[in-house]
Amino acid sequence: MTRNLEKKGDAGIKTGRSFRLSFNGLNLVFLLLGGLILAFIAVPILKMILAANPSILFDSLRDSEVAKSIVLTLYAALIATVIGFALGVPLAYLLAKTHFPGKRLIEGLIDLPIVIPHSAAGIALLFVFGRNFFMGKAFDSVGIRFLDSLAGIVIAMLFVSVPFLIDSAKEGFQKVDPRLENVARTLGASPWQTFGRVSFPLAWRSIMAGNIMMWARGMSEFGAVIIIAYHPMIAPVLVYEKFETYGLNYARPIAVLLILISMIVFVVLRFLLYRGEKA
Amino acid sequence: MIRIRDLFVTLGDFTLKNANLDVSEGEYMVIVGPTGAGKTVLLESIAGLYPIRHGQVWLRGKDATRLAPERRGMSIVYQDHALFPHLSVRENILFGLKMRKVRTDEMAKSLRLITDLLGIDDLLERRTTTLSGGERQKVALARALCVQPDVLLLDEPLSALDPGTREAMQEELRRLHRSLRITTLHVTHDFEEAATLGERIAVIGEGEVKQVGPPEEIFRRPNSEFVARFAMSRNIFKGETFQAETGKRLFKVGQILFHVLDGHKDSNRAVVRPEDVVISLAEAPSNGGNVFSGEITQITDRGSTLYITVGLPPEITALMTRNAFRELGLTRGMKVKVFFEASSVHVFQA
Repeated sequence: MTRNLEKKGDAGIKTGRSFRLSFNGLNLVFLLLGGLILAFIAVPILKMILAANPSILFDSLRDSEVAKSIVLTLYAALIATVIGFALGVPLAYLLAKTHFPGKRLIEGLIDLPIVIPHSAAGIALLFVFGRNFFMGKAFDSVGIRFLDSLAGIVIAMLFVSVPFLIDSAKEGFQKVDPRLENVARTLGASPWQTFGRVSFPLAWRSIMAGNIMMWARGMSEFGAVIIIAYHPMIAPVLVYEKFETYGLNYARPIAVLLILISMIVFVVLRFLLYRGEKA
Repeated sequence: MIRIRDLFVTLGDFTLKNANLDVSEGEYMVIVGPTGAGKTVLLESIAGLYPIRHGQVWLRGKDATRLAPERRGMSIVYQDHALFPHLSVRENILFGLKMRKVRTDEMAKSLRLITDLLGIDDLLERRTTTLSGGERQKVALARALCVQPDVLLLDEPLSALDPGTREAMQEELRRLHRSLRITTLHVTHDFEEAATLGERIAVIGEGEVKQVGPPEEIFRRPNSEFVARFAMSRNIFKGETFQAETGKRLFKVGQILFHVLDGHKDSNRAVVRPEDVVISLAEAPSNGGNVFSGEITQITDRGSTLYITVGLPPEITALMTRNAFRELGLTRGMKVKVFFEASSVHVFQA
């Protein structure tokens, strides 16, 4: 044990080495506390999944209303993620690689959607993308309306979930050793080539992790979406509606489906992302 | 080839001001200075990777101060080699040529040439993470040389290697320079490395370029205490120069007089290299030399060599081999004779 604790690097924090869990007092107490929160997360989810009747689940999946809402949820979250990727990754790069006045302010602004209540975010978005404001008008002139439409769902999801992508991508770019980029430049690579051949590929894993987080977060959004677009109904809204009109027993199968699909998507993507990590 | 004029760079607390340096075509110049003297920043400024506050960098007679790094024809090799971790050895080496959109057959030719030169053809398909320190170094060099740069910039290229590999790589660098004659700027904190490799040495410290010259000159005729100390001249004396009635030049340190050959009347520092100081038990020859008696005050064992400090006073340190040390049977407190030539004393004005 003591031998394991000998530091190899200068700063233990930097190297981030971890040790095999051993049973001293501290670890036991922390294990107990950690176990409580773990149970709090796992028990409701497992209980719901295990209590579900598979045939009822299957029936509700065949219900076209349910299937449609689930597909819509996945699709809208995907569009939001693609937009977030195209606009967020460049910003993440600038934040990671450059210094400029007001940078801290911008970083704070990016995280704002995480802290403001999502229903309030929905109202703020409606205010700007409604037809009475210039942004809403501009989109209206090219035939895009946000109230009760796919576009509305997408902007709601984009707003609340893009911080996850930007933060993750920023972290990824920060981890790229600037000397690698310097070497690339001296070898004749332009700034674009350096980004494409060095910075981006090396930050790729973090960017992908951000994409997954963003997609998952978008899929699970309810508050902001319901304000802008109650219809067409995404799955979280459908769960809510079934619960309100028919009660718990009707809402539950859809909720279970939603949890299962989210989990499968999440697990598969993470598996693909971290495959080969240890090589 | 490279002219640096009044260069001013800052990084955090560090500033390098009014740096002037000329490197001629095909020269191997070593920039040496203590850790934190801003050597890397200087190199990155020359490469165009670090913004310059003011001053100019000229390349082949053209002002290159604002030129993008990819247009300077300079390759940089960093201390930790900075190999692209997501590329194989082959892809690392060919990176520059690929960026320049060189034809495939020419790429293959260049690759063969460079891998033959460095003897690394068997590494090509390896992942960079599986290479040893020396192998990484060679790959980094191959990658830098593959684009046929006008200038090679080496940032502490040997510091990350273990001593055996370092010596081999030193030889490798010397061999490469002999065969390719690429203008090289090599940065290090190790004075011995600088003296081994550099055709000329530039000593930087305290935010400025202190002295530039061939190793022999830096060793023999430092222009400041900083350089003298950095070149491991342990014997630096404060005093004054004057002309004796006999016409001989003397340097007075406390109560004793050194015979000297060079230096003008305002010189107030004298330097004697420890390897020029001889310790003996018998009377030493005294024609034109400096002979003093004193007592050994300190013995510093460095393995194959030892530093022997003798109080005259002042204290003067001699470097001697272990063999000589054993033969003389020196111990602390022993009375000995100290001898050094007048030509070994270098005086300058601080």
